[in-house]
Amino acid sequence: MNQTEKSKGRLMWELFTATFTLSAFTFGGGFVIVSLMKKKFVEELKWFEEDEMLDITAIAQSSPGPIPINASVIIGYRMNGIIGSLVAILGTALPPMIIISIISVFYQQFRENQIIAIALKVMRAGVAAVIFDVVVNLAINVIRTKQFLYITLMCAAFIAAVVLDISAMLIIIFCLFVGIADLIIDMYKKDKEAH
Amino acid sequence: MLLIIKLFFSFIQVGLFSVGGGYAAIPLIQEQIVNVHHLMTMEEFTDLITIAEMTPGPISINSATFVGTRLSGIAGAVICTVGCILPSFIICLLLAYFYYKYRKFSGVQKVLAALRPAVVALIANAGFSILMLGLFEADKHSFQWDDLRVVELILFLSAFLILRKFKISAVQIIFGTGVIGTLSYILIFSIQNFFS
Repeated sequence: MNQTEKSKGRLMWELFTATFTLSAFTFGGGFVIVSLMKKKFVEELKWFEEDEMLDITAIAQSSPGPIPINASVIIGYRMNGIIGSLVAILGTALPPMIIISIISVFYQQFRENQIIAIALKVMRAGVAAVIFDVVVNLAINVIRTKQFLYITLMCAAFIAAVVLDISAMLIIIFCLFVGIADLIIDMYKKDKEAH
Repeated sequence: MLLIIKLFFSFIQVGLFSVGGGYAAIPLIQEQIVNVHHLMTMEEFTDLITIAEMTPGPISINSATFVGTRLSGIAGAVICTVGCILPSFIICLLLAYFYYKYRKFSGVQKVLAALRPAVVALIANAGFSILMLGLFEADKHSFQWDDLRVVELILFLSAFLILRKFKISAVQIIFGTGVIGTLSYILIFSIQNFFS
């Protein structure tokens, strides 16, 4: 085995352990694991840029299937093609499979255990703290672009999601059209300047 | 046809048609497991959703594993889970291929730039929902200030401050709040018992 193969092997092991631990601690919906992934892959491991992670999130949200799996497929593909994808899927799918297999045997005991119930509830406070930490970093970067359009989109999307309960899918599709309109206006302006 | 192979195709449908996260998958799973194949009663299915919400991982994978294990052990769990992941794998692989091929183009960049602020807001919304659940055990529309859980509030604020000030991993923070929070509740309950 040569040097690059060795480091690739180590990279894949790192990808597997990272997705495995993140998946084991992901309570709540798909956006939860995405914020954990952002913290791990962008802030800790520095494997890719923040913008890239946000693009991956948008794609994962808009595709059918569980968001954590979708995000893993794309992240794995980026690291090492199809093999990387399979490694990341395995890391993400194994923890829930192991946990549910065990629980399905001790179903009754699990449901009635007070300490487990308390532990699972209090952990939400930690999960929420992680998400808010990630959101503060992301929001600061959007504000730093000093682009009126992007800051407005962020605030409008927040109100739409929190207050009006509009689905994530619709919000993303709407912003996609705003982006396309922005591109067309931009091209039109450049075209005018050229003449 | 063997039931497990039928289930494999059932979970492919669940994976293929559940767009937009875990909760979108619940009615699809219910249709396949409860109504079409009669593998669970509605009551058992409700229990399954409760467990899926309490444990980590996507609801569709949790139910695939649970139903598969019941039917034919670990092999069943693997077959059902693979079924529910397969559509994601193929579709996202294609999308990833096109994304990495074209993302450097300035036009694509401009369109993606309009999507990113929305994604930030959507992540914030998810954080907000789980915070309401943690602090009030209710969603954002039905919470009451009287139900505020002080232990969780302190845990949340200290965890947030620690995350802002120190380099600490998400898993460490979540595990830490789990341990400290559980111990605090055990302590509170024992004190209450002592005085009552």
